Amino acid sequence: MIIQTSAAPAAATMQDDEVLEARNVSVSFPIRGQGIWPLNRQREIPAVRAVQSVNLSVRRGEMVGIAGESGCGKSTLARAFVRLQPATGGSVTLSGTPIDNLPALELREQVQMVFQDPYNSLNPRRTAGSIIMESLVVHNRGTSAERRRLAVQMLERVGLTEAHFDRYPHEFSGGQRQRIAIARALILDPKFLVLDEPTSALDVSVQAKIIALIEDLRRHLRLGCLFISHDLNLIGYLVDRLAVMYLGRIVETGPVERIFANPLHPYTAALMAATPKPVAGAQTDRAPLEGEIPSNVRVPKGCPFHTRCTKRIGAICDTVLPAPRMVDDREVRCHLYNEAPIAPAPNGALA
Amino acid sequence: MTRQPRAISSPVDNALTPGLGPGGSSLMSHLLNENVQVHRVTSIQIPENSAAAAPLLQIRGLRLHFHTKTGLVRALEGIDIDLAPGECLGIVGETGSGKSMTARAIMGLVPHPGSIEGGSIKLEGQELIKLSQKEWRKIRGRQISMVFQEAKRALNPVSTIGNQIIEAAVQAQGVSRARAKELGISTLAKVGLPDPARIMDSYSFELSGGMAQRVMIAIAIVGGSKLIIADEPTSALDVSIQAQILRLLRDLRRDLGSALILITHDLGVAAENCDRIAVMYLGQIVEMAPAQMLFGNPVHPYTCSLMASLPSAADRGKPIGRATRHVPPPAGYRYSTRRLPDGSISPEISHMIEVEPGHFVACLPE
Repeated sequence: MIIQTSAAPAAATMQDDEVLEARNVSVSFPIRGQGIWPLNRQREIPAVRAVQSVNLSVRRGEMVGIAGESGCGKSTLARAFVRLQPATGGSVTLSGTPIDNLPALELREQVQMVFQDPYNSLNPRRTAGSIIMESLVVHNRGTSAERRRLAVQMLERVGLTEAHFDRYPHEFSGGQRQRIAIARALILDPKFLVLDEPTSALDVSVQAKIIALIEDLRRHLRLGCLFISHDLNLIGYLVDRLAVMYLGRIVETGPVERIFANPLHPYTAALMAATPKPVAGAQTDRAPLEGEIPSNVRVPKGCPFHTRCTKRIGAICDTVLPAPRMVDDREVRCHLYNEAPIAPAPNGALA
Repeated sequence: MTRQPRAISSPVDNALTPGLGPGGSSLMSHLLNENVQVHRVTSIQIPENSAAAAPLLQIRGLRLHFHTKTGLVRALEGIDIDLAPGECLGIVGETGSGKSMTARAIMGLVPHPGSIEGGSIKLEGQELIKLSQKEWRKIRGRQISMVFQEAKRALNPVSTIGNQIIEAAVQAQGVSRARAKELGISTLAKVGLPDPARIMDSYSFELSGGMAQRVMIAIAIVGGSKLIIADEPTSALDVSIQAQILRLLRDLRRDLGSALILITHDLGVAAENCDRIAVMYLGQIVEMAPAQMLFGNPVHPYTCSLMASLPSAADRGKPIGRATRHVPPPAGYRYSTRRLPDGSISPEISHMIEVEPGHFVACLPE
């Protein structure tokens, strides 16, 4: 039943068998019908190619970040990791077993998710306590009294108190709701946690507290975390490894310090340059990326970034999809690095 | 609730502190010695050779309250702002700090059940508070324009872009529709939209978020306003598009010479785009300074904790959210914190104390 293919990325080290891994994962959404008249329908059903051939692994205890702009597929990839969105190609494996082959209850015991908007991800008609205990009920764990005790412990673990147990979501602030969402995700003691922009709806002072909580929980529970964010300042602070996505593909992945010190892919460099930095004397007049992100339905041929790239090297960029290549501890998909071994560029050369 | 009397800064004080002064580090030690001389001021001076320039916008003691069923909400309590022609002022703060309400008060768009309870807003000497709706229509679009956060929601979905920009041009400039159309096309070109004639015939839903925001900006500048208020103009946009829009606002400000109030929750955006920044907290400006000074030498505890909350790659491995920086308040004062020990909000109106030239902090007498 378990078929090991050679599609596993070379970089993945398999000594630790507790690993959540995307192997060649693609997700596409077919677009049906271009109008009410059958004759107007195109022969080939077009599709939104949200995620294309992505390889990414998260080991236990590791914080992996996915960065990119809206529409790059980062949330779809996150949902594929927890089987909320089945992959249309490739597979997600949990310690070697494709998650499609796992019973739902077993998968959810090991992989949980925290959603972006804490105002919409909690049932308004249930109390905080019952929201947190629901997983225990579904998974048939413990007696009612034990469940309550566990839920209260978890409330305290995320910085709330027993007094919050019987309150409804509308009685909480955004930060407190996100704490409840985290408690709900952790009550089953999962090994992996997928966090989809958990702080983007929060103010920075609240974000700081939630980030401190996530970091603390990850260390103590040895969680493997997949952290999705569009905020590069936050990514640079928090994650160990980073994958930068553009139009459904990972363009650069590697240790976050290396990428921040010297982004290799032109898109990574442009994204970092476009991120405003709250420091004295930050006023700059750099050239932002020109143009807009192309549609996911008509992804540009060749390198998907060639329409906006300032470092195009010629016709090859427009016609051939660059293969991933290991450069300086990182995997980069760019024709700039497709020749024989390239010495890493000096720091900041592309910034 | 009584308003505290305010001392007026003497010309001598100003003479002591010409220009923008040296960098923050020496001033820091200066402050730590607690020997710093502070000036109690009523007027907030505009930095940089502004002695001659009359302020374009002058706000004094602005108070905006909401009389809700559950009680009185003091949304703004004693806001003082001076804005020079052509200047870019950033207003930053977290949700509920009153930054959007400040913008709405300046535009005369205070939502029900809010009302302006006191203070004055003067645009080139003209008092805006208590204008009639008819008089307001002569101000909006001609003298003050606003760019809203979600451009797609702010544009009318059932009217073409052309109709909306022509309407704005006819209203503001009093020109014919034909002339307004020419003006609209040239303004759309000015904001960097390709094929402006085609955009004129499009609807807002046919545009991307970045294009819609460019259209909003075109509508704001078509009347030739001297003051543009941009309320979170890039918060719904991706960073690469955000950088484009911010560069456009910067270029337009330089070309048209209009002043800009940029309201944002993103301190990075403010740092990179504003001449001066006002930090708001619970309806009050707690600190106001030229951008470089504010980020190089934050003084108010709230500003310090806000800056400590910002994650960055340079702070990896260090805890965030706890301010490690503590600057003692000027002698004879305590920092105005707004929040009383019991959680309620203090009705006291603070003074803006100048701790270094152009750098003001909200304090209360000890």
